[in-house]
Amino acid sequence: MRSETAGRVGETDALDIRHLSKYFGGAVALDDVSLTVRRGEVHGLLGSNGSGKSTLIKVLAGFHTPEPGAKISLYGKSVPLPIPGAKVRELGLAFVHQHLGLIPSLSVTENLQIGSLSTGQDWAINWGAAHREAAAIFARFGLALDPKAPVGTLSAVQQALLAIVRAYEDIRKATENHVDRPGVLVLDEPTPFLPRAGVEQLFGLVRQCTELGASVIFVSHDVDEVREITDRATVLRDGHLIDTVVTADTSHEAFVERIIGRTMDVYAGSNKQPRTSTPSVAVSNLSVAGVGPLGFDLAEGEILGLTGLIGSGFDNVPALLYGARKGTTGQMTIDNQSFDLAAFNPIKALEAGIAYLPADRLGEAGIGSLSVGDNVSMPVYGQLRSALGLTDRQIGRHARKLGQGAGVKPNVPSMSLAALSGGNAQKALMAKWLQIGPRLLLLDEPTQGVDVGARQQIWDALDRTAQSGAAILVSSTDYEQLAQLCHRVLIFARGQIVAELSGADLTKDLIAEHCYRSMPQLA
Amino acid sequence: MSTGQTSDPIAAYEKRIAALEAKLNTLEESVISRTVRESETFDWKTWAERFGLLIAWGVMILILGAFKPDQMFAWNSYASMFGSNAMVVVLTLALMIPLTTGDFDLSVASVMGLSSMLLAVLNVKMGMPIGGAIVFVLAAGAIVGLINSFFILYFGVHSLIVTLGTGYFINGVILWVSNSNTIAGVSMDLVKAVILTRLFGIPIGFYYALALSVLVWYVFQHTSLGRRLLFVGRGREVARLSGVNVNRVRTGALVASGVIAAFAGVLYTGMRGASDPSSALAFLLPAFAAAFLGSTAIYPGRFNAPGAFVAVFFLSTGIMGLNFLGVDSFVQNLFYGGGLVIAVSISQLIRGRKPMD
Repeated sequence: MRSETAGRVGETDALDIRHLSKYFGGAVALDDVSLTVRRGEVHGLLGSNGSGKSTLIKVLAGFHTPEPGAKISLYGKSVPLPIPGAKVRELGLAFVHQHLGLIPSLSVTENLQIGSLSTGQDWAINWGAAHREAAAIFARFGLALDPKAPVGTLSAVQQALLAIVRAYEDIRKATENHVDRPGVLVLDEPTPFLPRAGVEQLFGLVRQCTELGASVIFVSHDVDEVREITDRATVLRDGHLIDTVVTADTSHEAFVERIIGRTMDVYAGSNKQPRTSTPSVAVSNLSVAGVGPLGFDLAEGEILGLTGLIGSGFDNVPALLYGARKGTTGQMTIDNQSFDLAAFNPIKALEAGIAYLPADRLGEAGIGSLSVGDNVSMPVYGQLRSALGLTDRQIGRHARKLGQGAGVKPNVPSMSLAALSGGNAQKALMAKWLQIGPRLLLLDEPTQGVDVGARQQIWDALDRTAQSGAAILVSSTDYEQLAQLCHRVLIFARGQIVAELSGADLTKDLIAEHCYRSMPQLA
Repeated sequence: MSTGQTSDPIAAYEKRIAALEAKLNTLEESVISRTVRESETFDWKTWAERFGLLIAWGVMILILGAFKPDQMFAWNSYASMFGSNAMVVVLTLALMIPLTTGDFDLSVASVMGLSSMLLAVLNVKMGMPIGGAIVFVLAAGAIVGLINSFFILYFGVHSLIVTLGTGYFINGVILWVSNSNTIAGVSMDLVKAVILTRLFGIPIGFYYALALSVLVWYVFQHTSLGRRLLFVGRGREVARLSGVNVNRVRTGALVASGVIAAFAGVLYTGMRGASDPSSALAFLLPAFAAAFLGSTAIYPGRFNAPGAFVAVFFLSTGIMGLNFLGVDSFVQNLFYGGGLVIAVSISQLIRGRKPMD
């Protein structure tokens, strides 16, 4: 590809990372990682969840202090560690995260200049000049953006482009005094929610930036995008640097192998077989913006997993089946009762015996400021009422019993939910829904931020629930969890189901492989 | 997980990690359960927080009494103060309900004024029997609540804006229906039923306010409806995903607020036998001050009826005492205005100390 243009002889590398390690408590997030990013190079950073990609980026952004012994230099000059977060821009680093950091209600120009507007001491902003300057910048990159348009009216692609241009301009301005240091742009998963055409436009912009001398670190899940845009790529796995390769010489297969690795093959397939094949739930023509139309079914007592890469749409499915999102269409049949999902809502879902535990524990699933007792008793207030009405004592007694069964520690119903650890809060919230005996239980990332011990208890609770005849739908990006917990796993890409794994095929590695392989067939 | 791979180093490690984790858990639990046991038996801090306002009330009476013992320690002073603040209690209760579901209702005082004026107009000018007129004004309060909820929920406008506007609009309506005049001569039956009849020397209107406080307390504390109100206020999305009809609950709260505020207007008219177009509006701030001050007491961190009840009389005792001391009437503004800010600051402190609200 263009690797020969990168790294001209005699010039120092743009970014040089040596012996970077980071531990969280005892856990290794990064172990002695060394890599270089050359001038004018697009350098891919690949790895699955928990590989250390985001830790590496956060060290560069100054969020994390690396372990002693690390050395990071930009254009041959070593930078202080931890990297001073307020000064990264002056050092020549700029970041574009998946949440682009744009303010939708402000204009394109205002967003573009947000850095100088919010810190500058300017008592007379010349808007005419500012708009002209913005227009000149866009013209240089060949972008058709209206400087006066509110950012909220732009498409997702235009917003991503704007964020990248802004990051580029920020480092260009910050490093104006030393043209020999054009800066390093870090793009952290910028593409998952963009349509294919938008991705190409974005790549065009990335190449323009590198032609102007900047280097780009491109962080992604998506092997094909990395193969398309990068000159070289580094693969991380479990905090270790597996390999840095020249992209042009590396096949898709070779990347996938490095990402998932072969050494972790400890867990065999779950070989769980559903207890019955009595159909319980059937979903057809399920569709919402970016997902579907798709259909699948669940048997009684079956635990069905949904997974895919970020942006593939699998994580929307539980909320859609619960009637919690507007604009859903499709049909669902549960125990021979049919529902039109367009007219479905949480109240109807609960009546039909569907329960939903969202991933956002204190935002959607439970209320942190209220007591554990209030939180878990909510669905059964009616049954707890005595002649004198509902009392705290009654609620406490019920919640304590429930908490004991679920293994909530400490089992004190008067404590606020926010005071519990992630795992214990999740156990309590799971118990909240299991007590109503759902026919279909919908879970989104049920063990995110949950410690190993609590995770096992949650799995056991799910197994028991399934054995009693309920159907369970789990959406998760934790392949290992899915492999152990589920009878069957559906893999999503671009809003479609692209693979189904069960029985002996249901292993962590095969799930990962299908997730990463699913891309090219659809591109 | 696959079977018996004890020879595998990873499995062995995992076992050790699990054992360590279990150890940690038991340790953690013993520490937590100890602190929890302490807090469950008796905790000075919690106790002081719950009953601090009552104690402060007593202390204030003693201090003021030291200067003016004849008036401060006379039952008559309290009896008339209890009677004349009945409608403030009712208005505070009206305000508290939408506050619990997360909506501000700035129109409550205007609704109180509207109901007071409508009652006088219907009864005096149009000769409607007082019973019918009361039903009519309560319905008017409900309609205002419905209008508020329509704009808040259908258009998604913030409740502060909507109720600020409707409140001001209602003020105009009051001036219109009354021709900007005070209307006197409201049926003596109402006056008798509010202020002339006394029990233990206290006008009967006070007992209406007391009964309503008990009712609101019961609903908030001992019914699933009350808990749902709280759920909606603290976490709309959680409530919605738990199958609560959030819009219906919020509408209900705003309508209840309108009706109860209208009832406060009925009491206010009965207390004076007349209605004027503007004086009711001055009760908005006292009601806010009492609602927030009340939320720091009895059930700290929640808007609650007993707390509000105590707060109203705490504030009016202070004003009464200062009046006895010969301080000018501007003290009322100082007391209510200062009380509101201090109450909110205290509730913020409570929130900071433990994550409630």
